[in-house]
Formats: sequence, C-alpha cells, structure tokens
Amino acid sequence: MSEHHKENFITKYVFTMDHKMIAKQFLITGMFMAVVGMLMSAIFRVQLANPGETSILYNLLPGAWLNDSGGLNPDKYLALVTMHGTILVFWVLTAGLSGTFANFLIPLQIGARDMASGFLNMLSYWFFFIATVVLLSSLFVETGPASGGWTIYPPLSALPQAIPGSGTGMTLWLISITLFVVGSLLGGLNYIVTILNLRTIGMTMQRLPLTVWALLITAILGVLSFPVLLSCGLLLIFDRSFGTSFYLSDIIINGEALHNEGGSPILFEHLFWFLGHPEVYIILLPALGIVSEVIAVNSRKPIFGYKAMVGALLLIAFLSFIVWGHHMFMTGMNPFLGSVFTFTTLLIAIPSAVKVFNYLATLWRGNIRFTPAMLFAIGTVSAFITGGLTGIILGDSALDINVHDTYFVVGHFHIVMGLSAIYGMFAGVYHWFPKMYGRMMNKNLGYLHFWGTFICAYGVFFPMHFLGLAGLPRRYYSNSAFPMFDGLSDINELITFFALAGAIFQVFFLFNFFYSIFKGTKSTQNPWKSNTLEWTTPVERIHGNWPGELPVVTRWAYDYSKPGADEDFILQTEPLKEGEIEH
Amino acid sequence: MTNILIVVVVILLVAALVQILRVSELLSDIKNKDVNEITDEDNNTQGILFLIVGFGFLIFVVWQMVTWNHLLLPPASSVHGAQIDTLMQVSMGLILIVFFVLSPILFYFLYKYRGKKSNKAYFFSHNNKLEVVWTVVPTIILTTLIIFGLKTWDKAMNVDVSESTTIIEVYAQQFNWNARYSGQDNTLGKANFKLVKGSNILGVDMLDVNSSDDKMSREVHLVIDKPVLLKFRSQDVIHSAFLPHFRVQMNCVPGMTTQFGFTPTKTTAQMKESEGDDFEYILLCNKICGASHYNMQMKFIVETQEEYDIWLASQENLETKLLTQK
Repeated sequence: MSEHHKENFITKYVFTMDHKMIAKQFLITGMFMAVVGMLMSAIFRVQLANPGETSILYNLLPGAWLNDSGGLNPDKYLALVTMHGTILVFWVLTAGLSGTFANFLIPLQIGARDMASGFLNMLSYWFFFIATVVLLSSLFVETGPASGGWTIYPPLSALPQAIPGSGTGMTLWLISITLFVVGSLLGGLNYIVTILNLRTIGMTMQRLPLTVWALLITAILGVLSFPVLLSCGLLLIFDRSFGTSFYLSDIIINGEALHNEGGSPILFEHLFWFLGHPEVYIILLPALGIVSEVIAVNSRKPIFGYKAMVGALLLIAFLSFIVWGHHMFMTGMNPFLGSVFTFTTLLIAIPSAVKVFNYLATLWRGNIRFTPAMLFAIGTVSAFITGGLTGIILGDSALDINVHDTYFVVGHFHIVMGLSAIYGMFAGVYHWFPKMYGRMMNKNLGYLHFWGTFICAYGVFFPMHFLGLAGLPRRYYSNSAFPMFDGLSDINELITFFALAGAIFQVFFLFNFFYSIFKGTKSTQNPWKSNTLEWTTPVERIHGNWPGELPVVTRWAYDYSKPGADEDFILQTEPLKEGEIEH
Repeated sequence: MTNILIVVVVILLVAALVQILRVSELLSDIKNKDVNEITDEDNNTQGILFLIVGFGFLIFVVWQMVTWNHLLLPPASSVHGAQIDTLMQVSMGLILIVFFVLSPILFYFLYKYRGKKSNKAYFFSHNNKLEVVWTVVPTIILTTLIIFGLKTWDKAMNVDVSESTTIIEVYAQQFNWNARYSGQDNTLGKANFKLVKGSNILGVDMLDVNSSDDKMSREVHLVIDKPVLLKFRSQDVIHSAFLPHFRVQMNCVPGMTTQFGFTPTKTTAQMKESEGDDFEYILLCNKICGASHYNMQMKFIVETQEEYDIWLASQENLETKLLTQK
C-alpha cells in the first residue's frame, strides 16, 4: 500500500496499481471494444438484409482491406464475423466484464485495501491493453484480419492459401490472444489469492456476497482453462510457422499437396473447446453474480436460497469442464462419446433451473425498486430463461444433427450468453457507477436505454431460431445461392432493422455514462441502501478504500427487510442484536 | 460530404441531449428534488411497462410461430429423421411450456410486487422443501429427455452396413462437392491425396482392384427406401455436409474419413408434389470454409430403383473415364 507514495497523473490514471482505477481501465477499454464489435455487426447485418448493396456504413470503418472495392465481399464479411465474435467473447464479455467487476468489487466487498498484488494487477491490464492494440492493428493489414470464424479451426486458419485472413491477420490474432491469456491469468490468480487471503475479520466464506462467489469461481475456471487455449494456439503457431503437423494432414490447397501428414484438426477442436466451453461460464457467471446482488438489493429481500445459489454455481462450473464435446457432435467423433456429452450437457439444465427459480422466489413478495440496474438484472433473468431453454435442444446430440451450426445456434448463444452477460454488465455499471465515480447516472436515460435494448435485442435474436429451423447455416455471406432460403429475406430484414435500432439505443448509454462522470448529480454514500461493505467506504474513493481501520463483518450480506429491524437494510458491519439469529 | 454531415448531426444531437439533461436537473434543483431518486411513481410505471412489454414479447413469439411456420423445414425424408422429428416435437413442446409458464410469472411478479415506500418486503431467505422440489422435478424431466435423446441418437448413428447398403463417397473441396459410387462390388477403391492429378480429382488409387468400377458424379442419386452410407473426405479444410431434409449432417475433415448412414423415404418427385415444383434435395456446406462457403452445393435426387438403374448405367466407370481423358 502506498500511503506515502506521491501520485501524479501517470501513476494515478495510467500505470496505476489501485484496483478501482484498473477496473475503470478495463471497463472503458471493454466499452470501446464493444462499440467496435457492435459496429461490425451493424455492417454485416446490413449486408444480410440487402445482399451486395454498398452501404454508407462501410465507409466508417478504417483499413484499406474494407474500402478497396467499396462494398463488402465474402472475405471481408467473414473477417467482420470473426472479429465481431473474438471481440465480444474475449474483449467485452471476458475482460470487460470480469476485469471490471472482479477488480472493482473483490477488495471492496471482502473488506481489503487492494488486490493481493497491485503490481500483477497493473500488469494484467497492460497485457490486455497490448493485446487490444495488436488485435486492432490486424484490421489494418493488407490481407485483412483473421477470417476463419472466432473458433479459428485449422486447416482454414492455418493456411493463407485457403483464405487471405489466415495470413498476417491470423498471426496477429494469435499473438494478441496469447497476450490476452497472459493478462487474464495474472488477473485470475490475483483474484483467487485475494479472495482466499484478504477477507476482513468476520468475512467468512458463508458471508461472502454472491458477486464475490461468482467472481471466485470464474477466476478458477479461467486459471484452469485459459492455459489450454494458450497451448492450443501455440501448436497452431507451430503448424503455421514452423512446418509441424499437429493439426494438418492430407491437404491439397490451390493444387499444391502439402507435406503435412498425421495431424488432426479434431485435436484442435478438443483443445479449443476445452477452454471454449468453460469460457461460456467465465462470461456468464460474473453476470449472474452481479444479478443476484442487484436483484436482492432492489427487491429489498434476501437472495432466496443463498447456499443453493453457491451450490448451483459450483455445479455449473464443475460440469462446464466435461461438456465441451457438445460443440463437436458432428465432427465424426465416436457416437458413444457424443452420448456422454449429451448426458453431461443436459445435466447443466438442473442447476440453471434452480438459479432461475431462486431468482423468481427472490422477487416474490418483494418491494421492488426499479433502478436502471434492476431493469437490466431482470433482463438477464428473462434472457437466461429464453436462451437457456433452447440449450436443451442443442445439447441433445440427436437434435443437434439438424440445427448444428445453423442460425438456431446463433440465436441461442446470443440470448443466453450474449444478452444475459451484457445485461449483467449493464446492471453492474448502473449499480456501481456511484461507487466508481461518486456521481449518479441519469435514471430516465437508463430507463430509455433498457427498454430500447430489451425490445430490440429480442427482435434481433428470437427470429434467428426460425432461420435455423428453416435450415439456414450461419456464416453465410448471402442466402441467395439456395432457392430454399428465398422465403427468409423478410425475417432477415426484420432482424437488421432491430439490430440497427438497438445499436442506436446504446448511444444513450454511452452518453449517460460519460456525461455522468463529469456532470452527474452527486451520489450519497449508500444510494441504494445496500448492505455490502463497498457502501461503507467514503464517496471520495480513496486509495486503500477505508480511511481508518478495516470494517469488521458480523453478518451475511442479505439482511434486507429483516423483521425487528428499524430500516429495510442492515449493513454487514452492524453487530447482531442480542438474541438475533443470523438469517 | 455525407460523412461530414453525419458527424455534424451527431455532434448536434449530443449537444441537444446535454442541454435537455441540464434543464431537467436544474428544474429538479428548483423543486428541491433529487432527479435520480426512484419514486413510487417510477416503480409503478416500470412495473406496468414490464407487464405490457413482457406480454407483448410473448405475443411476438406466438406471432412468429404462426407467421413463419410455413418457412420451416418440411417433415423429414428419412427413417431416422422421422424419429428426430418426434424427439424435436417433444423437446420443443416441453421448452415452450416452460417458457410460457416462467416468463409470465417473471413479468407478473414485477408488476405485482412493484415497490412502494410504505411497503415492506417479506423476509424469506430459504425453504428447503421448495428447493428440493424444484431440483427434483427438473431432474426427472431431464432424465426422461436424456434417455429419449440417447435412444434416438443411438438409432441415428449406429448403422448396420448390409449387402443392400449403397456406399457412396462424398468429397469436399473449396468450393464444391464430388461424389463417387462404389460400383458393382459395392466397395470404394482406396484413395490418397498424393494421387490427385489431372482428372483424377479424388486421388483414387487405380491400382486397387476395387477402383476400376467406381463411378464419379456431380450429383447424388439415391433409391427410395434403400439404405445408403455416405463416406466423407475433404481435400483442404473442414467442411460440413449438411442435408437438412434428411436430418443428416457430418463434418468432412482432411486426413480422416467420416460417415453417416440413412434411408430416404420420399422421392424428389413426391416432394415436388407437396413442396412445390422447384423443390430439390440439396447438400450444403455448414462449416466455415472460405469465401464461397455460402455457395457450395450439390443436388441429391431420390428416385425409384428403375430410374436409378438407368441413371447409373449411363455413368462412365472411373477407369474408362480416366483412360479416355488422359
């Protein structure tokens, strides 16, 4: 801790070791990347609604690779889809979400002055930052960025002859993701160590807010699975640059027979999805943690079934490691293996159902206060129900035969992973903004943002299920090559309309966010009347968090509307009254 | 020019928003009210909005199901496909029921329990009985679904290859498909990527005795009610052979052979009658494979044994073909 350490602009805002500032760095970088990723999707949605038409939107994106023909050709379309996926999955929903809220909330909610290692924490952000720069620079190389889909399956991603994006663009993608993994490992280890070692007096594991539980489990998932992605990428680098054959065999490309023999692209898929599936929960669990907290605070009720909620998180996390094969039912792997993965996959529905029921029970007989954060938290629950249910179709190998890699999948994961997580992220930003900046975000703009987003998002992603059930494969530049898809153009136009409208509503959020940093109304110390420790720190957000002694915790985080109390909340630092039993 | 105009418009809009916000904040300052405090009125409006928009969403879902129903794939044209369809109907029915129960509950709770300053929430932190119920019920339902699903999967994937099974190779490359029939001996000749040369685009080993009667084709003809085993190879990157009407899909992976067996149950002619004259069975690529991924197709034709025999007889043997074209 640096009480005697003088702060200047550089140490305060740039190379900072204060977890709160690092959280904001992650947040703002994540928001920037979200805008980039969203603009990309706007561009390819325009293409899907009006195949071949040049749009004014193309001119807004930089890079010669996009502008040379004035329109979107198939290569560029695939490049946009790939970068959109990469950015949203890793940059926004992994680093932007976990990076922000793990950094911000862990020390504040467990009663610590900072992360266990401020230095590693700083490194974690700067690795992420360099990864961002490298990824964005790949947009400007002549052959375009990586274009083989965000899952970068070889041989497509290994051979520049197969698609131009697999040249320099892919090299930069791999370098970038390597840096990204290093950054997230440094962060993840730090989160785990901090939660296990730096909890203040009285903050037992059973008293941790669910946000911290979720962030802990997320960090463990990340530490166990990201190294596998790293090795997976490393072998791909070897295949691409040093002539090895881990993933390549029996290939003729552009009339040339390659020397590679004996490798298997399926090996890559196994390694990739061994990260890839836990990754889904690395994205989702922090959102569910935030939502648990926001819903309890704003229902003015304890979260229902705290222990079951923790148990469900643990079970989901455990199962997430043994379901990766459900992404690969159609790869030709042994059908028996498919059976095993179907079994484990459908089991995940059980803890997920428990979580949904517990959220509903928390709302039941509550005294619900609709802050913008609460609206988004409810959005997460709604999306989790809608999107989770279609997982029962996709996880069933027999049904997956015909919906695998169709728009049904796109609809499913955008709702259950994309919307749930991004709503959770919005909920977190609206809820903790007063703690981050000492000011309030505008309520009415928040309402406008929520309703616009909620309506448009379902307008975009729900119809996709029908496209999928009509047999339409994902990642098609145009549907015009097949007469059987001719009837689908109306649906595509509707989706694009909602996508563009939804994008416009995000402007209200961005505006509200930056306006409120400087001009928002001043926040009080505990604006939401919340129990958790972060609201016992001063509004001024000092380095070290608490001016005097660290707070001492005497109860769990969810004593809302407890009978016998004067107010409808009791801070975690409030000692138990005589004769009072802990929940 | 348009770009500059867009920038100007955006700047003006942002400036207007700032002013509106400032005015509303100044007004509430005068009234001595906190502009961002959540009032009972807010709770009321938002609760009602959830009820309206929530149920609006459910109506939107029903509207989509009604309006777009005719766009969905027709019933399966294969034996295992019909079983998949049944499983699909059961699963879909089930998730729709759960969806149409849970979503209204969520939206109704939000409306019903919208807050008031004078109200107090009910302290209710856990209830073991309730939690056991809603753990056990999904477990039972899912166990049933898993068993049903695995049985269907088992039937779909485990093909008995008998004498009567036609064996056809489907070969994928950027960006087209080729087929190879195994000929009289019903055995495909060996192939190796190193032998791909000239018109021997599949790399068939012509020294293998099984190769001579193999036949190559740019479309696939199948006999109704006769089992077929498709064997997939790829020349360059991963492709995925997707035959949505038969409920068939399998990746084509360079370096290995994959397979999918099925029995077609409706001829193309029958399908044209029910689905319209322009109906064709189509093989699509369903794994991102490069620029023309969106246009990689091959026609499948299901016909009677007689029609099939005539077609097959008109196809040249691979051996003759390669000799004549050398």
